[in-house]
Amino acid sequence: MDSKTLTDVLREHPFLEGLKPNHVQKLAEVALEVQFARDQIVFREGDETSLFYLLASGKVALEVSAPGRVVRIQTLGEGDELGWSSLLGNAGKTFQARSLEPVRAIGFDAIRLRQVWEQDPAFGYQFMTRLLKVVAQRLQATRLQLLDLYAPRGTKLV
Amino acid sequence: MDTTLPSVGSQAVIDFPALSALVSALRRRGYQVIGPTVRDGAITCDAIEKIEDLPIGWGDEQESGRYRLKKRDDSAVFAYTVGPQGWKRYLHPPELPMFEGKRDGEAFQILRNPPSPPQYAFLGVRACELAAIRLQDRVLIGDRYRDPAYQARREGAFLVAVNCTQAGGTCFCVSMGTGPRVGAGFDLALTELLGAGQHSFVVEVGSKTGAAVLAEVEHRKARKEDVKAAVAAVDAAASQMGRSVDAKEVRDLLFDNFDHPRWDRVAARCLSCANCTLVCPTCFCTTVEDITDITGEHAERWRKWDSCFTDGFSYIHGGSIRLSVKSRYRQWLTHKFAAWVDQFGAHGCVGCGRCITWCPGRIDVTEEIREIRGVASPA
Amino acid sequence: MSAVLTAAPPALPPQMTPVRVAGVVKETHDTFTLTLDPPGEEAAGRFLPGQFSMLYVFGVGELPISISGDPGDSGRLVYTVRSVGKATNALVNCQPGQWVGVRGPFGTSWPIEEARGNDVLIVAGGIGLAPLRPAIQHILRHRDDYVRLLVLYGARSPKDLLYRKELAGWARLPDTQVLTTVDYGGVNWRGYVGVVTTLFRYVRLHPGRTTAMICGPEIMMRFVIRELEKRGLPDADIYLSMERNMKCAVGFCGHCQLGPYFVCKDGPIFPFTKMRPWLDKHEL
Repeated sequence: MDSKTLTDVLREHPFLEGLKPNHVQKLAEVALEVQFARDQIVFREGDETSLFYLLASGKVALEVSAPGRVVRIQTLGEGDELGWSSLLGNAGKTFQARSLEPVRAIGFDAIRLRQVWEQDPAFGYQFMTRLLKVVAQRLQATRLQLLDLYAPRGTKLV
Repeated sequence: MDTTLPSVGSQAVIDFPALSALVSALRRRGYQVIGPTVRDGAITCDAIEKIEDLPIGWGDEQESGRYRLKKRDDSAVFAYTVGPQGWKRYLHPPELPMFEGKRDGEAFQILRNPPSPPQYAFLGVRACELAAIRLQDRVLIGDRYRDPAYQARREGAFLVAVNCTQAGGTCFCVSMGTGPRVGAGFDLALTELLGAGQHSFVVEVGSKTGAAVLAEVEHRKARKEDVKAAVAAVDAAASQMGRSVDAKEVRDLLFDNFDHPRWDRVAARCLSCANCTLVCPTCFCTTVEDITDITGEHAERWRKWDSCFTDGFSYIHGGSIRLSVKSRYRQWLTHKFAAWVDQFGAHGCVGCGRCITWCPGRIDVTEEIREIRGVASPA
Repeated sequence: MSAVLTAAPPALPPQMTPVRVAGVVKETHDTFTLTLDPPGEEAAGRFLPGQFSMLYVFGVGELPISISGDPGDSGRLVYTVRSVGKATNALVNCQPGQWVGVRGPFGTSWPIEEARGNDVLIVAGGIGLAPLRPAIQHILRHRDDYVRLLVLYGARSPKDLLYRKELAGWARLPDTQVLTTVDYGGVNWRGYVGVVTTLFRYVRLHPGRTTAMICGPEIMMRFVIRELEKRGLPDADIYLSMERNMKCAVGFCGHCQLGPYFVCKDGPIFPFTKMRPWLDKHEL
C-alpha cells in the first residue's frame, strides 16, 4: 500500500472494479489495513471472527486438519477475497487460514458493513452480486478439483 | 475375327463362350483371376479358373437382414447383385504381415520382406464397387501418405467391370451417383445381353491393357443395336433400385444432429457386431497386433481390419471414448456420410446396400438418414 | 481436409528405425523421461514443437508419444512418458542401452510462427506440460521474437510436478511468469492449491496480442478456454493439443478420428477455431 491511499487500493482491487465512487468511499470508511508475516494464522477453524479481507499481496492457504496431517484445500493471493462467510453473519470459521508469504490485506468488519447495507440496499446488492460471483467461481473450481483430472483413468473416484 | 487392336473407348461384342477365352487370356498374362462364385449359400469372390466357377444361372434376393440365392431360369452370369464380400479383401487384406523383428542382444532388427502380392484381375466389378475402389484410393494412396501394400495390389490389378442389368432390394447406387453404369477406372466393362436365343456381352474398352486383352478374345465390333440394348439393360437396373438416400446436404444434416433422438432408437437395435463395417467396400479402419514367440527373440506386427463398433477402437489410457453403442453407430454413419466429405472430398458410401442386407438387426442406413431428416431438430 | 489442401504428392510413410536408449530419468513416481540416441539419418531427429513419434517396444506394442525435448538441440530425441498401461510400462522400464523403435515425427506443431511478436500463454495440466516443453524451449531460444512468456501449470499434487528445476529456472527469467498449482497440497507445499483455471486471477492478459497454447485433459482445456474467452482472447489465438487412440499415425487406421479430423495428420495441435464445434460433444 505504501504510498497509495486506502481508497486507491480499494479502487484497484478486482473485486471492487467498477464500483461507484461513493460506495468505494463508504467501504474505505470501515476498512482497515492489515499485515500478516509469513506462516501466521489469519484465523483458525471455529474462530468467531466477523472480518472479511481483500488481499492486496501475498499468499494465504486455507487448511483443514485431520488426525496426523494438514490438508491444504486452496490458496488465495493478490486480488482474492478471504473470509467471505463472515458477510453472511456466520459464526465460526470453517477452515483455517495461514499466510504462506508476507500478506497485505484490507479488512472489513462484516457487522459494520451489514449496517451500511441496511441503509443503502443498492450498495448491498452491488456488493453481494460480486460476492456471489466469487462464491460461484470457488464452487466451480472445487467441482473441477473433485474430478481429479490428472489421475490415471483406472484410479478415478467415480 | 478383327485383328486390329480395339481402341480405348470403343465397344465390342463377345459371345458367352468367349468369356472363357477372356479368363484364359488374363491367366496367360500372369493374373490371378478373382471373380464371383457360389460358396456357402452366397456369391463370394474367389479364384476363377474356368467359367464354370462363375455363378451361371444364379440370382439373389436381398432385403434388410436377408440374403437368399435363387436359381434363375436362364444362364445369366452377372444377374446377381453384390454379395457380402467386395474386392477390398484383395486390395486391402483383412490380415497383413507388416514386419518381422529379430532381437539382437539389447538391439533388434526389423526385417521387411513382404512377399510381393499376386497380380489380380478382378472379373465382375460393379459400378458401386469401382466407386468404392476409387474412394479407398483416396484414403490409402491419395492423401498425405500412400500405403505401399495397397499400392502394390492396386496398381497391378486388371479390372473387368460389369454394368448391372439387375438391381437388388437393398441397392441405392443411383441416389449416391455411383451406378449402375460404371464410370471411369476399368480396363474392360461388360454388359450382359441375354434373350431371344442369344447370350453375349457388350464390351467397352477402358484402357490400353484392356484393349490388348480383348484383342486375344474372339470379338466383333458392337453395332448400334448392341449398344442400344446394353444401355436399355442398364437403364432398367437403374429403375429397379430398392432404396434411395437423399444425399443433398447430408453432411450438414448429420453434423447438426449429433443429439437427435433417433440415435438412441437405432442403438437399441444395433448389436455392435461390426458386420456393416466388414461388408462395407469403403471401410478402411485397421488395428495392429504386435506379437512375440515364446522366447521373445522373434516379433511380428500384423495389420488387421478393425471396426469402429468395437469397444477398444477408441481406447485411450484406461478407457474408451465411445462407450455406448449409440456413439459407435453415430460415429460410423456420420463418418460415412459427413466426415468423409471433409476428409476426402466425397461421401464414403457408394450405395451398394451390403450394410443393410447383412445387418442382423435389420438396420437400414437409408431409413436412418430419412428419419433424421424427417424429424430434424431446427439447426 | 488434407485431400483438398495437400499439394505434395502422397509420400511413403516413415519407416520404423531401431534406436538406442541413451538415458532414462525418473521425473515423478510414475513419469519418466527417455532420451534416445539420434536415429540413423540426422534429419530424422528434427521435429517441430508439439509433434509426436510412435515408440515401439520390441514385441510389446507401439504408442504415440509427444516429443518433449528441445527442438534446437538436434539429434537426440526426448520423450516424457507416464506409465498408465502395458506399453507405457514397458517404455518407462527401458534401461539405457536397450533399443526401441521410432517412427515419425508426425503431426502439426504449436503456432510458434503465428505467435511471433506476441505474448505467449502456456497452460498445461499434468503430463500435458511435456508436449509444451519444446515450445517453451523454442521461445527461450528465440526470446526476442516473443514478448512475455506466461506459464500456468496444474498438477495433481506436488509429487506429480514435472521438470521442477526447469520451472524454477524459467520463473527467474525476465518477462517470464511461471505459476504452478496443485489440486491437493500438503503443509510443505508453498505454491498454489486449486485447479489451473484459478491461476488466471494472477496474470494480466493482453487480448489480441497473446497466443495461448493449451495441453491437458479435455475437461481442463474446456474450462481454460472459458477463462480465456471471459478475458477477451479471440478464438483464433487459442491452440490446443488433442489426444485419441492411434495405431498408424499416417491416416490409414481411422482410430484417431475426431469429428471431421484425423488427430494424427490434421493435429495433434489444432487451432480452437477448428475444435470449437467438437470439444463439448460427448462420446464423439
